[in-house]
Amino acid sequence: MLELRAIDCFYGRVQVLRGLSLEARAGEVLCLLGRNGAGKTTTLKAIMGLVPPRAGAIILNGEAISGLPAHQVPRRGVGYVPQGRRLFAELTVAENLEIGLMTRGKGAAVRDRVLDIFPHLRQRLRQQAGTLSGGEQQMLALARALCLEPSVLLLDEPTEGLQPSMIAQIREVIGAMRETGVATLLVEQRVDAVLAIADRVAFIENGRNRRTVAAAELRDDPALVHAYVGVGSI
Amino acid sequence: MDFGPYLLLASMEGAVQAAVLALMALGLSLVFGVMRVVNIAHGEFFMLGAVLAWWFTSLVGGHPAFGFALALIGAPLIVGLVAVAADLLVLKRLDYDPERTIVATIGLLYIIQQLALEFYGPDARPVAAPFSWRIDLPWFGYSGYKLFVIAAAVVIMLGVWALLTRTRIGLVMRATQFDSETAQAFGIPVGRVYTMVFGLGAMLAALAAVLIVPIQQAHYLMGGDPLLLSFIVVIIGGLGSLRGTVVAAVLIGMSDGIISVFFSPTLAKILATLLVALVLVYRPTGLFGTRTA
Repeated sequence: MLELRAIDCFYGRVQVLRGLSLEARAGEVLCLLGRNGAGKTTTLKAIMGLVPPRAGAIILNGEAISGLPAHQVPRRGVGYVPQGRRLFAELTVAENLEIGLMTRGKGAAVRDRVLDIFPHLRQRLRQQAGTLSGGEQQMLALARALCLEPSVLLLDEPTEGLQPSMIAQIREVIGAMRETGVATLLVEQRVDAVLAIADRVAFIENGRNRRTVAAAELRDDPALVHAYVGVGSI
Repeated sequence: MDFGPYLLLASMEGAVQAAVLALMALGLSLVFGVMRVVNIAHGEFFMLGAVLAWWFTSLVGGHPAFGFALALIGAPLIVGLVAVAADLLVLKRLDYDPERTIVATIGLLYIIQQLALEFYGPDARPVAAPFSWRIDLPWFGYSGYKLFVIAAAVVIMLGVWALLTRTRIGLVMRATQFDSETAQAFGIPVGRVYTMVFGLGAMLAALAAVLIVPIQQAHYLMGGDPLLLSFIVVIIGGLGSLRGTVVAAVLIGMSDGIISVFFSPTLAKILATLLVALVLVYRPTGLFGTRTA
C-alpha cells in the first residue's frame, strides 16, 4: 500500500532520516516507536511531501509520490493528523471539516458519516475550533483527516495529553478504520498505548528503521522494547 | 463659515480619505496576513492604477462616465496582472523569505516608478469625474462624486469581506493565513493562493487609485504618501487583522482629513506617526492584532 524505500531527509544541512524504509499495509496499524528526535514526525512529514526526501522513494499504490508537490499528496488519499493537532484555530469546526472535504472533493454524505463517528462535534459546528477542549480538538483533527476518506492515515501522537476516556474513543476509531482496510501509520511515545492497538511496530532510531516487529511478539517479550527504546521513555 | 459647518466639511474630506485609505490598507494587510510579505511596492500599484486610469479615460471620448467605467475595470485588472507577474518572477523565487521580499519589493517600487516616469512623464494629469452633480448643503456645496467614492469603497470592502467569509476561495485564503503547512497537508496549493492574494492586494490599491484620481490627479510619485499611511493603518490596526485595518483606516483617514483642513497636512502626518510609535510601545500587536507577527 504505502512503502518508504531508503529515504534521506534533511532540515537544512542536518540529516534527520538516513535510509529509512518501512511498509504500511492495508487494514493494519503500523506503529513508529522511538525516542524524541529519532525521526518519527519527520517520517510522516516526508510522506506528506512537507519535508521532501533527497534520496529514496515513497510509493503509494504503485505510484511514486515523493516527487509530488506537497498539496498533491493528500489528494491521493493520505489523511494526516499532525502533532499538536494543528487545527485552523480561528476557523469554525464546520470550516475545518470543509477544508478536509475540499481536499478530495467529498460532499455532504462523507461529512455526515464523519459526524456520525464524532457525534459530539455535530453540536459544535459553529464554534471556533480553538475554543474546543483538548479532547474535542483531537476529535476534530481526526475528523478532518477522515473527511478525505483516506486509504492511508498518518497519526502523530493523537493521544498526547488526553484523558483516558478520550484515548479509548480515539483507539476505537483507529480500530474501526483498520476494519475498513485503511493503512494506519501511528507515531506514539507510550509503549502500553502502542501494544494495545498496533499490528506491527517499527523501532526508529537515529533516522533509521532498526527493526519492524509484530506487536504480538512484543507483548510476549517486553524486553525487546527496552532494547530499542530504553527504559526512560516508557 | 462657522465652526460647525467647517467641521462638517473637514469630516467629509476625512471620510473620503478614510475610504480610499481603507481600501489600500486592506490590500497591504491581506498580503501581509496571508503571505507574511511586507510589500513596499504597494504604493506603486496605487500609482500605476491612477496612471492607467488616466490612460483609459484618454482613450475614450464622449461622456466621461464611459472612460471612468472602463478605467474602473481595466486598471485594476492590469495592475493585478503586473502583481501576479511580480509574484511569479520574483517573490516565489525568493521562497517568500520575509527579509529578502522587503528588498525585492523596494526594487519593484523603483522599477515601476521609473517606468511610469519614462512612459507617462513627470506631469500631474487630471481625470474627469464620471459625473459632476453637487449636493447643496445650507452652508456649502459638496461634490457628489466624493460621496460616491465613500459609497464605492464601502461596497468594495463588503465585497472583500464576503469573499473572505462566504466563499471557498476565502476559506482557503484564511486557512493558508493561519497555517500554510497544514493547509498544504489538506490539498491547498499554497503557492497559487499566494499568487492570487498578491494580485488581489494590488487590485485593491489600484481600485483605490481609480476612485481618487478624479479628485487628486495622476502623478508618478503619488504612491509615497498612501504607502506611508497604509503602513500606519496596518500597524495600528494590527498586522493581518482586517477588522483592525478598517477601523484604523477610518481613525487615521478622518483625523488626517480634519487636521489637514484645520491645521496642516504635515501636522496630520506627524500625529499619525506619533500614534504608531505609541501603539508600537504600548500595544505592539496593534489594536485588534491577536498574535505577534
